[in-house]
Amino acid sequence: MTLALFLEQTLNGLQQGVMLFLMAAGLTLVFGIMNMINLAHGSLYMVGAYVTASATKASGNFGIGVLTGMAAAGLTGMIVERLALRRLYSRDHLDQVLATFGIILTFNELTKIIWGPQALFLSTPEWLSGTVGIIPEAPYPAYRLFIILVGLGIGLGLRHLIVNTRLGMLIRAGATHREMVSALGVDIDRLYTAVFGIGAMLAGLAGAMAGPMLAIEVGMGEKILILTFVVVIIGGIGSVRGALVGALLVGIVDTYGRAFLPMIMRGFFDDPSTADNFSASLSSMAIYVLMALVLIWRPRGLFQAYGE
Amino acid sequence: MARILTRKKIVHSAGLLLLLSLPLLADAMGEPFLTTVCSRILIYALAAVSLDLILGYGGLVSFGHGAFFGIGAYVVGILTHHAYNAEVISYLPGDWSGSTAAIIQWPLAILVSGFFALVIGALSLRTQGVYFIMITLAFAQMLYYFMISLPTYGGEDGLNLWERSSLPPIDMYNDQEFYYLTLALLLGFLAVAKRIVNSRFGMVLQGCKQNEARMKTLGYPTYMYKLVAFVIAGMGAGLAGGLAANHTEFVGPGMMHWTRSGDIMIMVILGGMGTLYGPVLGAITLLLMEEVLIQFTEHWMVILGPFLVFVVLYARGGIYGWLIGKEKDDV
Repeated sequence: MTLALFLEQTLNGLQQGVMLFLMAAGLTLVFGIMNMINLAHGSLYMVGAYVTASATKASGNFGIGVLTGMAAAGLTGMIVERLALRRLYSRDHLDQVLATFGIILTFNELTKIIWGPQALFLSTPEWLSGTVGIIPEAPYPAYRLFIILVGLGIGLGLRHLIVNTRLGMLIRAGATHREMVSALGVDIDRLYTAVFGIGAMLAGLAGAMAGPMLAIEVGMGEKILILTFVVVIIGGIGSVRGALVGALLVGIVDTYGRAFLPMIMRGFFDDPSTADNFSASLSSMAIYVLMALVLIWRPRGLFQAYGE
Repeated sequence: MARILTRKKIVHSAGLLLLLSLPLLADAMGEPFLTTVCSRILIYALAAVSLDLILGYGGLVSFGHGAFFGIGAYVVGILTHHAYNAEVISYLPGDWSGSTAAIIQWPLAILVSGFFALVIGALSLRTQGVYFIMITLAFAQMLYYFMISLPTYGGEDGLNLWERSSLPPIDMYNDQEFYYLTLALLLGFLAVAKRIVNSRFGMVLQGCKQNEARMKTLGYPTYMYKLVAFVIAGMGAGLAGGLAANHTEFVGPGMMHWTRSGDIMIMVILGGMGTLYGPVLGAITLLLMEEVLIQFTEHWMVILGPFLVFVVLYARGGIYGWLIGKEKDDV
C-alpha cells in the first residue's frame, strides 16, 4: 500500500462524508427542532438530482442546473411540509414514519411517470473534468475536490447561520423552548417551514452534485437515506456538529473498507476469490458495525442536540 | 351482561368462515388462481401479526422486521440449495448437506431468525424512540447488503427453490392444501400470540408501552421483557419467511429490503395495531388493493402512497376497530 493510494482514498472518504453531511444536516435539524423523523428526505435528494439533470441539459450549464435543482428540492420540501408534514409534528414517530413512507412511494412513482424508468446520466462539466495534482504521483479528479470544498463551505456557512444570525438564534431557541418562542411573538409555523426548506435545499444540492457520479434513478434517495440515518444516529440526533463528525466517520470507514479490506483479506486466504467475496460482504457491513460500536459506547450518539 | 351474539363474535365468525371456505369459493367462481393469491396474503398476515406483538403491545417501532422474514426465507432456500446439489455445508460442523424436510427446515428458520432477533434486539433495545426506529432499519439494511454481496447464495439474483419443503402427507404443490396449511399456521400463531398477550408476560409488556419508568420502579427488568418479545416476534416473521420461500419458490435479498419492513408495518397500522386480528385484515386490504390497482395502472403506487398518508392523518383506529366498534378493548 503506497502513501499516494492512502491519501487518495482518504480524499474519497472525505468526499463521500461531505455528501452525507449535506443530507444529514437537514435530517438532523428537522428532527432536532420539529421532533420529526422524515423518511422522505431521500426523495428530495432524488428531486434535486433529476431536476439538475434536466435543467443542465436544457440550459447547457451545470451551474444553472445545480441552482435549479436546489431550488426545486427546496420548493418541493416546503410544499410537502405545508400540505402534509406540518400535521405530523405533534404525532408520534410511528405516524411520521408511515406518512413519510407513503410520500416516498408517491415521489418514486411520480418520478417514474415524469422521467421514465430508465436511469439518467449527467456528465461532469468541462471545467471540472480534469485532475488536480494535490497528491504527488496520483492526479485527483477535480470534480471530487470541488465537492469536498463545496461541502466544507456549506458546513461553515451553516455554522455561521446557526451561531451568528437571528434565524439561527430562533432555530436554537425553537429546539429548546418551542412554546416560549411562539409566546414571544415569533411565527413558529414560518420558522418551521424555513428550516424544512433549508434542509430540503441541502438535500437537493447533494443530489445535484451526485448526478455526474452516479446513475440518476428511482430509488437513489433511499440508498443514501439509510446511510444518512446511520450518520445521524452516530452523531446524535439533532446535532449539526454530530452530523458533520458522523458523516466524515462513515465516509472514511466505508471508503477504507472497500479499498483496503480486499488487500488485507488476501493475506488471510489462499484463494483470492474467497478473499474478495468475504471482503465484499464485510466492507458492505463496516459502517453498521461502526454504528453498533458507537451505540454500545454511547446509546444517544456522540454529540448532544441543542434541545437537551 | 354477556350477550351471546356480540358484534365482535359475528365479525370473527364471519371472517373465519370466509377464510375456511375461500378455496372452495374460488373454485366455484372458476378462479382457482385466487387461492394462491390468498395464501400469499395469509403469509404476510402471519408476519404482520408477529410485528403487532412488539409494535402494538410493546410500543417497539421496529422498522427492520423484514430482515427476520428474509432470514427465515434464506434458511429454507439455503438448506434446499445444498440438499438439491448434494453439497456439504462447509461452514457448519459435520458433513451435513441440507435437507428439504419441512420438520427440519421450518424449526431451523424459526430458530435462526430468533437468534438474529436476539443479537439485533439486544443491541437495538439499548436505544429508545427514534433511535430504535433508525437502528432496526439500519440493521435490516446491513443484512440486505450482506446477502447482496454474498455470491455463494446468488447475491443480488437470489436463489431458486428447486423443490418446496416436503411435509408428508401434505402435498405442498397442491394450492388448496398449501392454503389450508398456511391458514392453520396463522391461526396457531394467533392463538399463541393471544395467550402471550393476556399472560403476565404480556401485561408487563403492555405496561412498558404505557410507562416504562413505572414498570422499572415496580422492579421489572423491562429490557429483558422487551428482548424476549422482540425474539418471539422475530421467530414469527422467520416462519412467515420460510412459507414465503415455498410460496414463490424463490428467495432473494428483496425479501429483506426495507420497503418490505415498511409494508408489514403498514399492514399492522391499517388493520389496527394492538389487536392481533387487525393486522390480518390489514394484510388482506393492502395486498388486495395492490392486486386490484395494478389492473388499472402500472403506476398504482401513486394511488397507494397518498392513501397511506391519508390513513395516517385521518383514520388511525384501523379497519378492525371500525368493524368491531367500541368492544375492541375487552379482548
